[in-house]
Amino acid sequence: MIEVRGLHFSYDGKEVLHNINLKISDGEFIAIMGENGAGKTTLIKHFNGLLKPSRGDVFVDGASTRNSSIAHLSRNVGLVFQNPDHQLFSETVFEEIAFSMRNFGYPEETIRKRVNFILETLDLSPYAEASPFMLSGGERKRVALASVLVFDPKHVILDEPTIGQDYQQKDKLRNFIVQMNAQGRTVVIVTHDVEFVVDCKPRIILLSRGSVIADDPYDEILSDNKLVERASLTAPQIGKLMWSLRDLDFDARILDIYSAKTVLEQRLEKIVPKTL
Amino acid sequence: MAVIAARNLTFTYAGSNRPAIEDLSVSIDKGEFVVVTGPSGCGKTTFARCLNALIPSFYRGEMSGGISVLDIDVSGSTTSELARKVGFVFQNPENQLFSLAIERDVAFGPENLGLPREETRRRVDWALKITGIEDIRQAAPYELSGGQQQRAAIAAVLAMEPEVMVLDEPTSFLDPLSAVQILEAIAGLRSKLGITIILIEHRLDVVSRYANRILIMDEGRIVLEGPPSKVFGEEAKLLGVGIPKVSMLFSLLSKDGFDLGEIPVTVEEASRRIRRRLEGD
Amino acid sequence: MSLRLFEGFKFTYRTTFIHRMDPRPKFLIAMAIFALSLIFMNILVFLILFIGQLPLVYLSRSLRRWLNSVRGGAVLSALIFVMNFLTGSTLIFSLTMTMRFLVLVSAFSLFFMTTSPDDLGLVLEKARLPYELSFTFTTAVRLVPTMALEAQTIVDAQRSRGLELDRGNVLMRVKKYIPILIPLIVSAIRRSMELAEALESRAFGTVKNRQSLVTLKMKPSDYLVSLIAVAVLIVGIYIQLSIPIPNLDTGIKMPLLWGF
Repeated sequence: MIEVRGLHFSYDGKEVLHNINLKISDGEFIAIMGENGAGKTTLIKHFNGLLKPSRGDVFVDGASTRNSSIAHLSRNVGLVFQNPDHQLFSETVFEEIAFSMRNFGYPEETIRKRVNFILETLDLSPYAEASPFMLSGGERKRVALASVLVFDPKHVILDEPTIGQDYQQKDKLRNFIVQMNAQGRTVVIVTHDVEFVVDCKPRIILLSRGSVIADDPYDEILSDNKLVERASLTAPQIGKLMWSLRDLDFDARILDIYSAKTVLEQRLEKIVPKTL
Repeated sequence: MAVIAARNLTFTYAGSNRPAIEDLSVSIDKGEFVVVTGPSGCGKTTFARCLNALIPSFYRGEMSGGISVLDIDVSGSTTSELARKVGFVFQNPENQLFSLAIERDVAFGPENLGLPREETRRRVDWALKITGIEDIRQAAPYELSGGQQQRAAIAAVLAMEPEVMVLDEPTSFLDPLSAVQILEAIAGLRSKLGITIILIEHRLDVVSRYANRILIMDEGRIVLEGPPSKVFGEEAKLLGVGIPKVSMLFSLLSKDGFDLGEIPVTVEEASRRIRRRLEGD
Repeated sequence: MSLRLFEGFKFTYRTTFIHRMDPRPKFLIAMAIFALSLIFMNILVFLILFIGQLPLVYLSRSLRRWLNSVRGGAVLSALIFVMNFLTGSTLIFSLTMTMRFLVLVSAFSLFFMTTSPDDLGLVLEKARLPYELSFTFTTAVRLVPTMALEAQTIVDAQRSRGLELDRGNVLMRVKKYIPILIPLIVSAIRRSMELAEALESRAFGTVKNRQSLVTLKMKPSDYLVSLIAVAVLIVGIYIQLSIPIPNLDTGIKMPLLWGF
């Protein structure tokens, strides 16, 4: 469990996070959303100790982050950064992925097994001996992901995983993330990609200007137009559609396309029988 | 009147063995708002680079076929020459702003063209006004939000008074609200100034209401082309293009036998159609 | 490794008197301090030169960041002190050398904090340097804070993969910086490609005679300040040549353990 109590964080004389309180239980799926500059990345850096609170506390699995090193915390809280080019440095993809486990002191045999496993899982096996710099943008992002997942952290945090990805890549990524969560890992994604989030169905923690302004299931938050605007997001298309038809008794909390289709078909069937 | 005319355009980057764009033929008229989209690696950025001669003068490679922009043959031209007529806005706002004050960045282009000071001043004031960033003219780029930075980049390009503007995924690093605002501003440029817009973009749900034509590329070729309402059918979805959710919805409904007419591209249109059908027609 | 040192040299736009001064008199002040710090070899003088800058720091409202640069310089200055003292110099002598270094760090920090790199580029242009060179200079300066931020992100990303920079012997620690340097260099290369593209797209280098939107014009106050700076330098030279200053050296030395 990740618990944040009364967290305040200041940098350069400015308070960037105000009085953050939240609890993330093991195995949950969380999306942290908000405008650029709201403090999302600053917040997640507290989860693995990169940043320590100015006031208040952050507890990971019961222990305060103030008393632990980043390396120790990172073992259980895997943080995947937004830009893979900010970490790639090895001669081969294999070495790049093995880096973290070497740092944690695992025996070579275990490392070999885990790296090969993660290469398989993320469709990167053909590139094992290739230079990471020669890969395409999407592939480099997968290598960055692999280099953290290889040590199987209990909690996985992804900072803006969808930037620069096309529709198909996002689809694959989403399926993979959902699977990770289904296997029992806590998953936290920082994003402002509303359509991506709708299909993941997480709990959303909404940040605006350093404070938590909402902490609820995704359908409650994304169907609340005022909240959405305050956080510089846009409501999902389907949500907007349902909202515009609310006077016809459509539920504005329907946000995904298949539920919308079902509901519409039910109503349309009453008016005009299906043309076959 | 064709402002951009490409005939069987093929380009292979130096050191690559596959063409990035292949046999591309397209004609774009003055004042059009064309959106180019497609899966990663489809060649859309390569195509954009041909429009202001970054290909072949900056990016070396083999070019065959032809492309002319405003009657200038691109293969015989350089980017600096075309810069007067074709403006290019890049994805990352940070790497296209050079000064420590927005005002000076906007002045950069006209200064490079050797314009007299008074003319530069006039253009700078105008560009800042049109993009709505007069109040931050003395700010440094790193002090601004991504949306403001992109506005500054657009102002900087506008100050050169181009006839064509190419924008390569300008909203990639922006949050959704800023993205909508920027895309609205870009559409405004076309309606107010008559600039031809070529926009590479993935956010099709926002941009479809402004575009008069969508080009969908895949593996270096244009595979689908037409007005938004015609192009967001099943085929586009199979290509892995993120078509607007409402378009997808109507596609799915029609597959199940519920025909609600032409596929809408905006929420308003979709809403109207459904309402009309439910309230009896 | 403190990245805070960089903050003490970063320009921010303010409208204080110091900020609005033409860059040339400011440069003269920095140069006068530099010259005086070379001419003299006396800790009293250096203390005066250091404390004398405080009113300027206050006027430019940059106290906190100036302190950062002094603190950042403190590491290197401590090294200078140790090098001098351990090789047989007296305590006061070593302190004097340290103080000289701090005076210089402080003066140049003040200069860079209050002078926009764009203005510096204009000065270079006025000095008839080819535009390409002055542009290279201002771009390099402008990129320092950007790259510092990026370096921090890279350090964060690698630490999140278990990299511990503060463990191990000297050789091991140096090796540990490879995962920091490589992404930084690659990123710098990529950035320069993107900048070059953008430059081409804005017709950079097409025309020989550029007329800059903003020009440098010396105000009466700028002339006055320049005069004062030169006057202080002349007075300083005079003092060094003709008026004896008390030497505070106490002769304390490090016991000659190594037989130097």
